[in-house]
Amino acid sequence: MSSARLQIPPRITQGDVFKIRLLVNHPMDSGFLRDIDGVLIQRNVIRHLVCTLNGKEVFRVEPTTGVSANPLFEFYLRATESGGMLFRWVDDKAYIGELRHNLVVEAANTSKPSGN
Amino acid sequence: MMPPVFSRRQSIAQLLKTVLAASMGTLLSGAAKAQVDKLTITGLSEARLRTFEEMIRPYVQNQELKKEGVSLSLPMLADNGHMVPLSLKIDSPMIEAEHITHVYLISQRNPVPLMAKFVLGPWSGRADLSTRVRLSGNQSVIALARRSDGSFIYDAQEVVVTEAACVDNG
Repeated sequence: MSSARLQIPPRITQGDVFKIRLLVNHPMDSGFLRDIDGVLIQRNVIRHLVCTLNGKEVFRVEPTTGVSANPLFEFYLRATESGGMLFRWVDDKAYIGELRHNLVVEAANTSKPSGN
Repeated sequence: MMPPVFSRRQSIAQLLKTVLAASMGTLLSGAAKAQVDKLTITGLSEARLRTFEEMIRPYVQNQELKKEGVSLSLPMLADNGHMVPLSLKIDSPMIEAEHITHVYLISQRNPVPLMAKFVLGPWSGRADLSTRVRLSGNQSVIALARRSDGSFIYDAQEVVVTEAACVDNG
C-alpha cells in the first residue's frame, strides 16, 4: 500500500551535489484526530526513513506527528559512486516500506575541473 | 496601537490574528465546552506557546548556541496548517572537518514539539533540506542544526496559520 516516488536529476556527474526529492505515500496519522464517528484514529507515523547507497547510510530522517501526510523530503547528496540506493522506512505499525533505485554516476568530463 | 511603519504584509497578518482571536473567543464562550473536554482528553489543552528555552534546551543542553548560518523559510501566512512547506539552507562547507550532523525542526505550539530530526554528514555535500510540516496555530518555528564540533546554530521564523492542524476533533 505504502509506496514512494523519487525524483533525481537525469544525469549526474562525479563530484556533483545533486538534489533528491522523495515523496512517500503515508497517512502519517497523528493520533489527535477523530474519524467521522468520533473514534480516535490511532497514531501511525513513520518512525524513521533511511537512505543508503551501497550499504552506507547517507541520509536519515526521524519524523514525528509534526510532518504532513504523504511526507516530502528534499535533500542533497554528493555524487561519489554509482550503485544501489535503498530507501527504507518503518512506521508505528511496523510496516517496512522500501524503494530501490540504481544510481548511475557518470565520470567527470576531463575538460571540466573536478568538483570534488 | 499601529506602529509607525506598517507594511501590507504585516497588516494582513495583524488582521488575521485579530479575526482569529475574535472567532476563538466566540467559539469557546458557548457550544464548544464539549470540544474543550475532548481536547483535554487528547492532551491538546497543552497548546500554550513554549518558551525558547523549553524548545531548544533538550537538544542544545550546555553547548554553544548562535543565531547564524541557518536560513529557515516558511510562508508568512499558511492557509492550511496540515501542510506547510518548510525549507532551510545552512551555511556549511560539508567537509569531513566541518559539517552539519543533525537538524531539528521544533514547533512552539504543536503537541509534539519536535517535528522532525534529520541526520546529515559530509557525504551530503550541501546542508539544505525541505519538507512539509503540520502546525497547530500561530507560532514560531525553530530550525536547529548541530555542527560537527558540537556547537549549535539556529534560525526562527514566525508563521500565521489560518487553519490549524490537529484541532478538528469530530
